[in-house]
Amino acid sequence: MLSQDEIEDFDWDPEEPAVQPPAVIEARGLQLVFETREGPVQALKDVDLAVRKGDFVSFIGPSGCGKTTLLRAIAGLEAPTGGDLMVNGMSPDQARESRAYGYVFQAAGLYPWRTIAGNVRLPLEIMGYAASEREKRVKDVLQLVGLQGFDGMFPWQLSGGMQQRASIARALAFDADILLMDEPFGALDEIVRDHLNEQLLSLWKRTGKTIAFVTHSIPEAVYLSTRIVVMSPRPGRITDIIDSPLPPDRPLEIRDTPEFLEVARQVREGLRAGHAYD
Amino acid sequence: MRAAGPVLTVVAAILALWYAAAIWMNSAWTLQQAARAGETVSAAALVADTLSQARPRLPAPHQVAADLWASTVGQKITSKRSLVYHGWVTLSATLAGFAIGSGLGILLAVGIVHSRAMEMSVMPWAIASQTIPILAIAPMIIVVLHSLGVSGLLPKAIISAYLSFFPVVVGMVTGLRSPDAMQLDLMRTWNASRGQVFWQLRLPASAPFLFASLKIAVAASLVGAIVGELPTGAVAGLGARLLAGSYYGQTVQIWSALLMAALLAALLVGAVGLVQRATLRRMGMAR
Repeated sequence: MLSQDEIEDFDWDPEEPAVQPPAVIEARGLQLVFETREGPVQALKDVDLAVRKGDFVSFIGPSGCGKTTLLRAIAGLEAPTGGDLMVNGMSPDQARESRAYGYVFQAAGLYPWRTIAGNVRLPLEIMGYAASEREKRVKDVLQLVGLQGFDGMFPWQLSGGMQQRASIARALAFDADILLMDEPFGALDEIVRDHLNEQLLSLWKRTGKTIAFVTHSIPEAVYLSTRIVVMSPRPGRITDIIDSPLPPDRPLEIRDTPEFLEVARQVREGLRAGHAYD
Repeated sequence: MRAAGPVLTVVAAILALWYAAAIWMNSAWTLQQAARAGETVSAAALVADTLSQARPRLPAPHQVAADLWASTVGQKITSKRSLVYHGWVTLSATLAGFAIGSGLGILLAVGIVHSRAMEMSVMPWAIASQTIPILAIAPMIIVVLHSLGVSGLLPKAIISAYLSFFPVVVGMVTGLRSPDAMQLDLMRTWNASRGQVFWQLRLPASAPFLFASLKIAVAASLVGAIVGELPTGAVAGLGARLLAGSYYGQTVQIWSALLMAALLAALLVGAVGLVQRATLRRMGMAR
């Protein structure tokens, strides 16, 4: 395990300024091979990555590029077959056991037999928070995602976008500094998606969480991220890492600016370089 | 009440078919009697006679209804001639068997879902048990239990449980396995224990499956209880009533016992349905 100093000293990119927030997710030479009936499949090959505290990092690439697998490996849901992976200076499994992150899946996955408040309360119940603390947190996070007043409703009474907001609230309810999101808005229509992207960005600014976000939408990745990790399939690998020059304050209209379009072009270039369009 | 029209039409069609079949099936005996007496019968007399025989091949609906009325309302419910009494005897064995069967079914399902060894060792026997005709095994169970000094309600309840545990096992296993990989992954990200996954996810998710299989199980329980009454020497219960009816050629009595059994089954399934609706509504899963 790395000490705090070593993490801060870890020099992942010489061009970056010397003073950096500590890396909370760190991968070096990460390999992940799935054994399938048709033989081994290299899902991740030589992945090197450092996500620093407060980063908003997007993983983008065509299907089969290993972006979801990487996120699942960070969450301790898949076991790497080689290399090093650290989350908060711990192994992913230890991080999972210490409840270091909240995970948001593509589907909201709310329990139909629990109310919205009941769903958000579920991880708190599992983690053994006191009843008074639970109520306070549920109230706070529902406020945070703009679902105050919906606490007593059942999931089927809410629209898809609101359900996904509830699932984000659920991931935020406990004290995890990291938010892992696997195409959370992939199943929603574009108008709802724009709205939720805007909300997510303001939520990230207010909470200071570190967010790792998987998407296959270039505009979404560019709009949200401080850093964009471009990935490529067969074998799944990182082909480019692009630092966004966009300011932290991003109205939706920023997507029409030349800066935005330039970053989008770079991402597209990165995808092309990795033969993502072949 | 828009459904009342079609429902009444179907009932009327069944009654009409029933009457036609009764006239057709019972006419042979009427014609035979007339031929023996050297008489001829008019069509009206033929119809009238076929619908009022004492031991018809197929009793007419009104004969069954009259017998049902006479043997329920017309008798003291403690009387051995009362269908309420016999119905209660069968019902008590059914309920006991249903409780044992569904309890056992749920326990087996929980074991099967949590242990591969249990699945491999129990499931084949559960399936094999259902391939043996209940009529063949019911007397064995009665005899074995009698030699152990167990008689009365319990042997019937066990036969009833024998039939009813299986749908519960199958339904409950499906239900406990119904949460998808994402739901289970979510629980893992919270580092939930197996017990927490069971109580918070698997068990509530299984509720709709459980109720569907309980409806099948409660009807199977009734069949089991009736079958369990056959080899005991026709002492009491709807099964005994059926057996006695067939001994003495009392077709009307058989049919009224059958109808009573059907009524009981409908009531039991309906009761499970009510509990299902109340539970799922409480769980917010009924819309």
